[in-house]
Amino acid sequence: MLRPMMKSLAVVVALALALTLGMATAPVLAQEPPRIVIGSAVIEPMPIAVPTFIDEGGAGDYAREISRVVISDLEGTGFFRNIGEEAHISKVTSFDGGVAFEDWKAINAQVLVTGAVSVAGDRITVKFRAYDVFNGNTMEGAALQFAGTTDGWRRMAHKVADVIYSKITGEGGYFDSRVVFVSESGPKNARLKRLAVMDYDGANVAYLTDSNSIVLAPRFSPAGDRIVYTSFETGFPRITLMDVASLDRRALEEQPGTMTFAPRFSPDGRTVVFSLERGGNSDIYLLDLGSGALSQLTNSPSIETAPSFSPDGSQIVFESDRSGAQQIYVMPAGGGEGTRISGGEGRYGTPVWSPRGDYIAFTKQNAGRFHIGVMRTDGSEERLLTASFLDEGPTWAPNGRVLMFTRETSGAGGQTSLWSVDITGRNLKQIPTDGPASDPAWSPLLP
Amino acid sequence: MTLAAKSLLLIAVLGLAACNNPDRYGAGAGGAGGAGGAGGIDTTGLGDPSNPTSIAYFNQTVGDRVLFAVDQATISPEGRAVLAGQAQWLMTNTGYAAIIEGHADEQGTREYNLNLGAKRAAAVQNFLISQGVPAGRLRTISYGKERPLEVCSEEACYAKNRRAVTVLSAGAGV
Repeated sequence: MLRPMMKSLAVVVALALALTLGMATAPVLAQEPPRIVIGSAVIEPMPIAVPTFIDEGGAGDYAREISRVVISDLEGTGFFRNIGEEAHISKVTSFDGGVAFEDWKAINAQVLVTGAVSVAGDRITVKFRAYDVFNGNTMEGAALQFAGTTDGWRRMAHKVADVIYSKITGEGGYFDSRVVFVSESGPKNARLKRLAVMDYDGANVAYLTDSNSIVLAPRFSPAGDRIVYTSFETGFPRITLMDVASLDRRALEEQPGTMTFAPRFSPDGRTVVFSLERGGNSDIYLLDLGSGALSQLTNSPSIETAPSFSPDGSQIVFESDRSGAQQIYVMPAGGGEGTRISGGEGRYGTPVWSPRGDYIAFTKQNAGRFHIGVMRTDGSEERLLTASFLDEGPTWAPNGRVLMFTRETSGAGGQTSLWSVDITGRNLKQIPTDGPASDPAWSPLLP
Repeated sequence: MTLAAKSLLLIAVLGLAACNNPDRYGAGAGGAGGAGGAGGIDTTGLGDPSNPTSIAYFNQTVGDRVLFAVDQATISPEGRAVLAGQAQWLMTNTGYAAIIEGHADEQGTREYNLNLGAKRAAAVQNFLISQGVPAGRLRTISYGKERPLEVCSEEACYAKNRRAVTVLSAGAGV
């Protein structure tokens, strides 16, 4: 009875969960659609088939390129394995024609994605349908059409992949997103830095500043239309606000004798939380972008920095060395003493609240190594995901299930690069960039 | 040093400013130093190191920097001796202002190191003020771990990178 079902990874995962939870296995499992539970012990990637999208008129290379990006997005998660076209028994020749499910079952494809692309002038239309092969039907909500201008073709591919990923995992998508980062060049002792932005997978790089001033740690606004970062453009480190469309920028706080750094938007985008240093001591402040009103949230003779709001805006996580070494604290958004949540060996910095609200990512330094890790918002369930000479500065994918961070190699030729890893520690990989890169920050999912 | 030699030195400084290191000589530094010329490039003659009123003498003989222990911003006894000399020199040569640059080694997160550099710069600033240097002639800046002097990833390099450097510029105040 169970043997034929074992073909379906979904069933294996569901069964494992059911056994773990001590539940009886119900016969209804046979009809469960393809499912991956992120965070469970996934044994191997789910086999899928994405035959090249059909050209329904004028699509040319777009159909093939869009198919390629969809496959790249899905395989890039580590949860999917695309079955190459050479192994396909059926050819999909018509988007609305019937599907020979037996042919896809025979090659063990759990999910079949068919698509069609048409182009007229600078307008492109992409439609797709994802099938549950073993149940022989279209997956619910996974038959959609996107239309726009041809220069947005990669975004449409990402949107297709986001829908498929989301339907199968139950998590939000994250492929149709951008990452702002610092592009680096030059030797270690005279590094040149400039702000850049790219698609989450490293494509479509655009530069936002020249490299005349040091720039550090850019962060997107909740709507993705603005960036805050630290710039030395005035000669001193200053938190700076940039409009992404116009590239207009202005320093936000220019009190002489102070340094401002580590800015981050509040979830409503109206305020920026950051560190202000005066006389060697930094505390956390909140700046209202509309009124310019400044309020002080911490008041301590130690280093308070790297603040990050909870997604509901009610709390702020930050780092402080008030105990003698960097540790992570949570305080109400209005300020206060804060409660320490990190407790293991070593030092904890750069906490970032997940957009899902369930975890806090951080940089840990212990015994001469750096790690990216996650913990629950009360500090429990600490899990280190990476280890290297220098890993730091995690940023969350919009779905709160993947992190990107900076890795730097050691020595005179040490270089930075961007890496991503999922919150279970799987799928560690480098993001392709033209040159050295640091300080990534993920945008929200694009509209 | 002859006038020609001095000129050569000045040209060398200008050349350096023109070709790279925008952060030290960039648009901002001119504004902040109060002595920025056209294009915001701050130009100061270093002078002859044998002349005790020259910047070169300050840098080489008085000593322009102090070093710190890991994670610390406490000034060592050796550091205090150097800074006492700096204070003496600054009070004698009142035509100069200074920006104290605080730096950290690469062991540490970016934000933390920015603050650590600021603490080191502030410690030097406070010491110089305590020795009688007018506060109005001193400013601080932190570069965190952004501008290491030495590039190896060993303590021999880290020790030289954990520093606060007193950078002089012509002008009585900042």
